[in-house]
Amino acid sequence: MASTELSAGLGTPITPSTGQPGIQPGRARDAAARTGVALGRLFAALRSNRKASAGAILLAFVVILAAVPGLIAHDPPRAEIYGRSLGPSSAHLFGTTVYGQDIFSQFIWGARETLIIAVVSGVLSTTLSVIMGVAAAYLGGVADSGLNLVTDTLLVIPSFPLLLIIAAYLPNSGVAVLIAILVITGYSYGARQLRAQALSLRRRDYLEAARVRGERTAYIIAVEIIPNMTPLIVASFLGIAVYNVLFSAGLQFIGFGNPNSVSWGTMLYWAQNNEALAIGQYLWALMPGLGIAILGAAFALLNYAFDEIGNPALRPVRRLRVKRAR
Amino acid sequence: MRYALRRLAFFLGTLWACLTLNFLLPRLMPGNPALALIAKFHGRISAQALKPLEIAFGVNTHESLIHQYFSYLGNMATGHLGTSLSQLPTPVSQIISNALPWTLGLVGVTTILAFLLGTGIGIVGAWRRGSWLDNILPPVFVITSAIPFFWIGMLLIVAFSLHGPHLPSSGTFDNTMIPAFNWPFIVNLVQHALLPATAILITSIGLWILTMRNNMVTVLSEDYVKMARAKGLPGRRIMFDYAARNAILPNLSGLAMSLGFVLGGSVLVEYVFNYPGMGFWLVQAVEGEDYPLMQALFLLITLAVLLAVLLADVLNALFDPRTRTAG
Repeated sequence: MASTELSAGLGTPITPSTGQPGIQPGRARDAAARTGVALGRLFAALRSNRKASAGAILLAFVVILAAVPGLIAHDPPRAEIYGRSLGPSSAHLFGTTVYGQDIFSQFIWGARETLIIAVVSGVLSTTLSVIMGVAAAYLGGVADSGLNLVTDTLLVIPSFPLLLIIAAYLPNSGVAVLIAILVITGYSYGARQLRAQALSLRRRDYLEAARVRGERTAYIIAVEIIPNMTPLIVASFLGIAVYNVLFSAGLQFIGFGNPNSVSWGTMLYWAQNNEALAIGQYLWALMPGLGIAILGAAFALLNYAFDEIGNPALRPVRRLRVKRAR
Repeated sequence: MRYALRRLAFFLGTLWACLTLNFLLPRLMPGNPALALIAKFHGRISAQALKPLEIAFGVNTHESLIHQYFSYLGNMATGHLGTSLSQLPTPVSQIISNALPWTLGLVGVTTILAFLLGTGIGIVGAWRRGSWLDNILPPVFVITSAIPFFWIGMLLIVAFSLHGPHLPSSGTFDNTMIPAFNWPFIVNLVQHALLPATAILITSIGLWILTMRNNMVTVLSEDYVKMARAKGLPGRRIMFDYAARNAILPNLSGLAMSLGFVLGGSVLVEYVFNYPGMGFWLVQAVEGEDYPLMQALFLLITLAVLLAVLLADVLNALFDPRTRTAG
């Protein structure tokens, strides 16, 4: 629900800077440039926001783990070659599993799949949101009603139970299926917001101008509308990424997908199945959860910072007054 | 009136979509997973119990898809939810009626508690802009809302069940106790609910605080609040009667929605704490390939959300006159 606020506050204060009627919209390369400018402004604003910096640092941490796990952890993450259920030591920082796998190594290598699932499903969800939302708003009429009906229905059906049901019918499926399910169940919220934003853009002069010039619909949507929605699109990506981190971890935790893959969710699955907490291998269960929490918090903090940038009223009050003497 | 009719149409439409989804999903999946399952049960359950299954999954039938579809809808409408496959020969409806009170009790009460606490903290936080409360809480709760709540549950088990006060981490009450309306039993019940409730509370309270705070901050900059200040009204009066009253609207419809998500929102908490509510059984059904139970739970969970959406609409229309004309 925080993200409801976000979108409500967001688009409006930022977009006018890029979407002023006075600025003559240009050709395709121009659109890319304007998207770049909008993104540039965003990053500048993000840099000066403390929550955004914290989020970016956490995200960078996970990205580094995902990019070069081999440099950090030298043990193979899946090989069952060490002593079983060892406690933490210099050889095995977090100890070993009941199968004799190095937990530290699993934790480091687990970042990759977790991050890939979150980012890829986030990007695809957002893309679908943009397509459905903008198309609905721009086409109007029957197409709008039809697309809306699909989106609204998916919005109301509880995602996690739906995820579970679909997962139950597709046992032993891989990451691709997991991502596909996340995208289908997760795009609707963003689509609604983007549709609302696109509706408000529809009447702008520069769009009328493009229509009068006789541009194709696809061109107008891709070059004139979408660049002006960049902030909201980024925000909706961040929002959906948080949910995808949590949902995919939850699904893997109860054993959906390939249990032999190395990710934080599957680590939790094995830890839970072997009662890691009861036998005292706390780190086996706690570290992957911490990783998921870090990744989720990274996206959530960035999202919240976005909210503050879009809605200045929410920014923390900096006290200028000198403390009263006692 | 037109608005109400449109909402009702949406309600029925979504319900229909959900039923159809339940009907189509097993048929669309590669190699109809129900086929193998039903073959497995041949001879183990009576032909009478098998029949609804065959209808539900379109197995061993020469009827057309349309015909199957309508007999399926008929079964659902008359409450013939079938027999659970993992808990033979218990009817699905019995499992659900046993599970429902636990979830309503645990998650329902926790949701209302989270709403009251979160909204209260949000009001005070926004009122005291720049205080420690306002500076510390938002970022903290942004982070907690991004933590998987089943993991918080695991942390709580380590801290309060395996070590420390040894609170129960599984089930709803001790097996040795006889359910009765007396003090020791209630204490036992609450003890068992304490850890799962805390896990839900920690992760869900953040959203209430943040939305309430953000709404309050927006409302506090309105002219009528300035006017109230200028008139010299006492702060408490402005905070509650002027600001909070207007800022709480989104949270109220949010509460209605959350109550709808009570049934399906805590699946993994119930799983981690072996709390035999709707979510626990949903995971059991998924793991045990108990399709009838799974479908019925999913249907009920969606139905709850739909009713909540309707309730939220009604609440909004009641408390916010602006929405009545906007429809």
